[in-house]
Amino acid sequence: MKIQVKLFASFGRYRPGALPGMPFELELPEGATLRDLIHQLGLPVEEVKVCFVNGRVEELDYTLSEGDEAGIFPPIGGGCLP
Amino acid sequence: MYLVRVNMTDRTYQVTDIPEAYRHLAGRGFTSSVVAAEVPPLCHPLGPNNKLVFAPGFVTGTSAPTSARCSVGGKSPLTGGIKEANAGSSWAADLAVMQIGGLIIEGKPSKKDEYWGIHITWDGKPKVEFFDATQYTGKQLSQVFPAIYEKFGERISVCSVGAVAELGYSNAGVVFNDQEKRPTRYAGRGGLGSVMASKGLKFVVLDRAGAPGVEIADKALFEEGRKKMIDALRSHAITKPKGGLNTYGTAVLINIMNEAGGLPTRNFSSGRFEGAPKIAGEAIFETVKTRKGKEIYNHACSPGCIIQCSNTYYDENGEEIASCVEYESDWALGANCGIDNLDDVARMVKLCNEYGLDTIETGTTIAVAMEAGVIPFGDSKGAINLIHEMGKGTPLGRILGAGTATTGRVYGVTRVPVVKGQSMPAYEPRAVKGIGITYATTTMGADHTAGYTIAPEILGVMGKQDPLSPEGKAALSRAFQATTAFIDSTGHCLFIAFAILDIASGYQGMIDEVNGVLGTHWTADDVLKHGAQILKTERKFNEAAGIGKEADRMPEFMKTEPLPPHNQVFDVPDEALDSVFSEL
Ligand code: SF4
Repeated sequence: MKIQVKLFASFGRYRPGALPGMPFELELPEGATLRDLIHQLGLPVEEVKVCFVNGRVEELDYTLSEGDEAGIFPPIGGGCLP
Repeated sequence: MYLVRVNMTDRTYQVTDIPEAYRHLAGRGFTSSVVAAEVPPLCHPLGPNNKLVFAPGFVTGTSAPTSARCSVGGKSPLTGGIKEANAGSSWAADLAVMQIGGLIIEGKPSKKDEYWGIHITWDGKPKVEFFDATQYTGKQLSQVFPAIYEKFGERISVCSVGAVAELGYSNAGVVFNDQEKRPTRYAGRGGLGSVMASKGLKFVVLDRAGAPGVEIADKALFEEGRKKMIDALRSHAITKPKGGLNTYGTAVLINIMNEAGGLPTRNFSSGRFEGAPKIAGEAIFETVKTRKGKEIYNHACSPGCIIQCSNTYYDENGEEIASCVEYESDWALGANCGIDNLDDVARMVKLCNEYGLDTIETGTTIAVAMEAGVIPFGDSKGAINLIHEMGKGTPLGRILGAGTATTGRVYGVTRVPVVKGQSMPAYEPRAVKGIGITYATTTMGADHTAGYTIAPEILGVMGKQDPLSPEGKAALSRAFQATTAFIDSTGHCLFIAFAILDIASGYQGMIDEVNGVLGTHWTADDVLKHGAQILKTERKFNEAAGIGKEADRMPEFMKTEPLPPHNQVFDVPDEALDSVFSEL
């Protein structure tokens, strides 16, 4: 199945040359979870802080489906300020 | 500690000891208590009876990390209620080192168009001198600051207001110098800049030479707390060196809010902006890297900050456009106006800094003007032009300068994202319910800093909560609001919260530092009580000013227009909103 992936902040280094946050397509076996996706991308799982699938926060054992949009973030913060 | 009162009616001043009642108050606690006690709630915000109050935090001016913040308080011309805004600057530290626990500006000169500066030095105690500042008015601030440094010497720090404050705009901020002596650090919200200008006050210049520094009652305890705080800030992934804030700045939030469907776009008509990656913190970092030929990590806005989240943005020739492009400014002038041209967003930030405008209120106002058809969404050149209109004081500029609510009324727009007259910042309440409760109920008018539930709702800091669910969010917002009122009193930058809410020893470190300075024995419980007391004081002022619980409500469109992509409305019941204060 094909899914859309977006990597953010320091995870951008796993897609050199592309602006972090720009979506790209990835082929995954049916039934793959977020954890499998993270593994396939080579991201250090302990650095993963929040994952979104279609705009909702999901846990690592979430099973992906065709056409899903996944966004993966390391810990980030900010914005308590104007 | 001293209390300095400056009377602008007759240009006199008084220096006294801090009264007993204010001994254990600082920062926001101090400014709000003075405003509540001394400002008639029904006075005109720009009249002689309003007061402008400055107060450093408990640990400001000490070696506690990331603590050089100063609160500014008064009755707000934007909301008509109590206001506290704060900023980080050497100015805050200098005020504390000169042992000034509070600076109160009162009265109003009888002559219009006459402006003064005050120059405070140390002469066994604080000493105030007045100087004529009329020649510095009506100008861009980057022309004015160098002249003040030249006049008073390089070691001073400077607080000022821009040309739009002289015009009495409700969106004019109070500005402080950064570490490069630029006029860029704003206590931006609520129009306090105009309160300062209404008193004929253009500058407060501090020269700390010879000042004794902050007295610390229990040095050992203070040191212990400071170490715990440093350890927490250095180890947390968000606040550590080359961590999220130091690398990408606060604008790193653009992408995550967009992913969550909670990045207000085109005047709060969508939670997703297709241009988000182009204006995000990552894009700022990458663009600067390309243009300067190396990775540049962020700098401190003020002395002693070890988080260092402030960026500088450069044009294609490597020349500085603006410092600093913060998340809120980037969003307000970018996504919320449908603008994805980062260079133009930075140019607008620069212009706001030059004219003295609050970037948030400015961006949300332009977006409402876009909705009204004054210029189209996405028109960055048109938006730049509108900021010039504000700066120059044209009739259109004056309408916009009165803020988002007024502009909406003038143009008959129904989608006007304000609470208590103040525009919402960069988090969509329909996609993140807890922050909506904070917007609705805080005494400040829509304000994210007042109770940053984004931490657990989006960022996974201090637990995880479903942002779309209203369940339990009133209690969450209440707890955050009380804790924040305390942090805003310590003098620490609110960004320490990311680390200390996750790392318990860091939280204890903050309490130890404060106990160390004051010689008190406050517990975590006392901290919450102290924060809650500040909120109650502010609330009482607002009620007397005619801003009661009826004002703790979202604008109607948020309850009727579903927001894509989640297609949710703001569904928090009124009883839940009322419970924030009734159960405080
Ligand atoms: S964390 Fe950022 S805003 Fe806060 S004091 Fe440091 S540089 Fe300033």
